[in-house]
Amino acid sequence: MVQSLNRLKESPSQTAGPYVHIGTTPNFIGINSVYPDDLGLRPCPAEAKGERIIITGQIFDGSGAVLRDALVEIWQADAAGLYPGRGEYRGAADPNFPGWFRQPVDGVTGVYRFETIKPGQVPYVDGRKMAPHVTFWIVARGINIGLQTRLYFGDEQASNETDPLLARVELKTRVATLIAERGEENGVPCYKFDIHLQGDKETIFLDI
Amino acid sequence: MRNAPAPNHNGGFYQRDRAWHPPAFTPNYKTSVLRSPKHALLSLNNTLSEMTGPVFGHAMLGELDNDLIRNYATTGDAIGPRIIVHGRVLDEDGRPVPGALLEYWQANAGGRYRHKKESYLAAIDPNFGGCGRSITDEEGRYWFRTIKPGAYPWPNGVNDWRPAHIHFSIFGHAFAQRLITQMYFEGDPMIWQCPIVMGIPSKEAVETLIAALDREATIPMDTLAYKFDIVLRGRRSTMFENRMEGN
Repeated sequence: MVQSLNRLKESPSQTAGPYVHIGTTPNFIGINSVYPDDLGLRPCPAEAKGERIIITGQIFDGSGAVLRDALVEIWQADAAGLYPGRGEYRGAADPNFPGWFRQPVDGVTGVYRFETIKPGQVPYVDGRKMAPHVTFWIVARGINIGLQTRLYFGDEQASNETDPLLARVELKTRVATLIAERGEENGVPCYKFDIHLQGDKETIFLDI
Repeated sequence: MRNAPAPNHNGGFYQRDRAWHPPAFTPNYKTSVLRSPKHALLSLNNTLSEMTGPVFGHAMLGELDNDLIRNYATTGDAIGPRIIVHGRVLDEDGRPVPGALLEYWQANAGGRYRHKKESYLAAIDPNFGGCGRSITDEEGRYWFRTIKPGAYPWPNGVNDWRPAHIHFSIFGHAFAQRLITQMYFEGDPMIWQCPIVMGIPSKEAVETLIAALDREATIPMDTLAYKFDIVLRGRRSTMFENRMEGN
């Protein structure tokens, strides 16, 4: 026998299930009298600094069917590359930018759509700059533990080429699953980011 | 001689023990079959993108947010066995996690959810919405009042039932700690027959999701109590580490 390290184990994950909306976005499904609004569904304030962008897409299962019951969260830096909230020690982020948004996908089309700003660059652990990116976290019925991934921007080719995470991808053809190409919607830059849970286009998910 | 500076706890989070959590592919839970990634996950040390996280202030909470017996009620209290659920949010080193946001949701006492996709014939309780939230105090404690949810059938096998449970979504101090899980109740034999629970590889891990009946926290002649602690990923101390920018 040796001394015990006395550590605890992380609580095991369980699926968010089909009724995740009740707990996270109750107003979205008509439970309107408990909270004044749904956390994470508030629009990005107009005062937030930076280039306004739209991020939209769908989530597909291994048969190519669209998920209509998923919940998507995003977490990102502000336009200067600073994170709002806890853990940012380099300076104060834009007070008008929340950094975190959450949305249930549309119950019919499965589309999610975030209006946010384009993030700045954030350093990797060794000080190198990472390419601008947005962290995604996806939960749904049938997903036993939340799936984490990153969106990178198709018009940031130079910084994408030196990004430490993208450089870790062995099968280079899979890098494209993390890159959203820039389009336009009514004059606003729009990045389409579809997520594939399985199949030829399976998105790279992270253990991070 | 002085020692190197005392370690702080601002390092990366401990690697998630994927063998402790349910794997993505658990075929007895059929929906997981087409929703489980087949490639290995890409592993990377935490960066600031994972070591930061949103902050939720106590000011956002309404007075009834942690009272599911009353927070949707219009004509009387929600129906069912009255219970208090309380506990602490800790990290893997046993340190309390203050300021953690917990969102919880559940079926009513008959096992029926208030959701348009719900098809179980059990009755809706007009006074029960099924959601609540808390933010942990300085010692990592949370508490809420609700009714004990019922078990319910679900379309998986031809006759599968979920044990009574409460869903929890937890925000700790960093996005790396983000977690959704479920709480079960002491003494429920259905826990061990549930394909979702049994996706968890070990009995020991399942038992960490079973809340204990806590007689000392009950309110006599009023409300039973269950204690449910939640553990989030712990964090490395940065002793003798070169503190690079971003670490």
